[in-house]
Amino acid sequence: MNIAKFLGLAALLTCATTQAIEFSDVQLAKSSMIFGYKQMNVPLDGSFAKFNITARFDPAKPSTALAKIDIDLSSIDTGNSDADEEVLGKLWFDTQQFPQAHFVASSIKALGGDRYQAVGKLTIKGKTLDVTAPFTVKQQGNTATFDGALTLNRLDYAIGTGLWADLGTVANEVSITFHFVASSK
Amino acid sequence: MSPQYTRTAIVLHWLTALLILSTIPLAMYMTDLKLSPLKLQLYSYHKWIGVTVLLLVVARLAWRISHKPPALQANLPLWQQRAAHGVHHLLYLLMICIPVSGWLMSSAKGVPVVYLGLLQLPDLVEKDKALGKVLETTHELLSYTLMLLLALHLAAVIKHHFIDRDDTLSRMLPLLKRKAL
Ligand code: HEM
Repeated sequence: MNIAKFLGLAALLTCATTQAIEFSDVQLAKSSMIFGYKQMNVPLDGSFAKFNITARFDPAKPSTALAKIDIDLSSIDTGNSDADEEVLGKLWFDTQQFPQAHFVASSIKALGGDRYQAVGKLTIKGKTLDVTAPFTVKQQGNTATFDGALTLNRLDYAIGTGLWADLGTVANEVSITFHFVASSK
Repeated sequence: MSPQYTRTAIVLHWLTALLILSTIPLAMYMTDLKLSPLKLQLYSYHKWIGVTVLLLVVARLAWRISHKPPALQANLPLWQQRAAHGVHHLLYLLMICIPVSGWLMSSAKGVPVVYLGLLQLPDLVEKDKALGKVLETTHELLSYTLMLLLALHLAAVIKHHFIDRDDTLSRMLPLLKRKAL
């Protein structure tokens, strides 16, 4: 095989693999799940330390993608230990009964460029609702980062009921910002 | 004719006094509450009152520097003149340092201060839990020192008004001016 032929073949191979690259090896340690909300009109944020992701994503074929996310609610960090304890209770997440929140994507489509959109079912505290999460995908070699966000109303899931239902103190709107890193297997 | 404080100085004095004497019991009550919406509301009110005190005290200091207060009673022993001035200066210092330490504490705990729920103040330091704890203790100790000094301040006023029967209090509270004999 001469050099030109070899280079041609190599180029063809790289091309083929970048086309069909599928990211499915999620690196949880490099991923994060942050939530933001307002309390007395003060913007605050927190995070979940433990979650699991099963996903398969080929940027060229988003329609075949799969994504399932399970969040361990008791791994919450609100920045305040009293609040961390409070939100596990019955009025909030009720983690005794509902230890995890789940997201399952039902469809993922390309929006153009590096932008995509996932539509799926989000289950928290036994309630399942449809959500839409736009996200971007940045590819670097065999690693891709997925950054996106969605907003939900906590009362739709009965999170923070009873005396906490007063939206003047803790606002209804909660934003969820995710950053996932995955590589191809 | 006994000298008096200017009307501006008097208004600023009593406004800060009112706010400080309401926010201290408020703070002691709120910190003991179990987490609840009420607790979160009271924390915000405490911060708003505290920031208002800071603004008023800055105005008071500017006024005080540009308007000399009336001289102390002429017959006051030197140690009492020194004590009065010392306490007044420390009160100013604390009225600045306490709200600033509260603001610093809030920033360090990762909770921005939104004045009156409307105006977000800049964070003074990066989020840092350990620093937040230190500032919380600082804020408390400074507040207890302020309470101690306020007690001294009040004791002196009571002594002047009821024992010496001079016009120390009426200079700041003209309502109480004694009728000239
Ligand atoms: C004249 C102004 C102020 C006074 C006299 C004052 C006084 C106090 C006192 C007495 C406490 C209770 C300490 C305790 O018993 O644990 C307290 C707590 C507190 N103050 Fe202030 N404060 C002032 C301004 C501020 C400001 C401006 C802020 C924030 C912007 C602030 C934030 C806090 C917070 C967050 C706590 C609760 C700390 C904890 O969680 O234990 N304070 N303050």
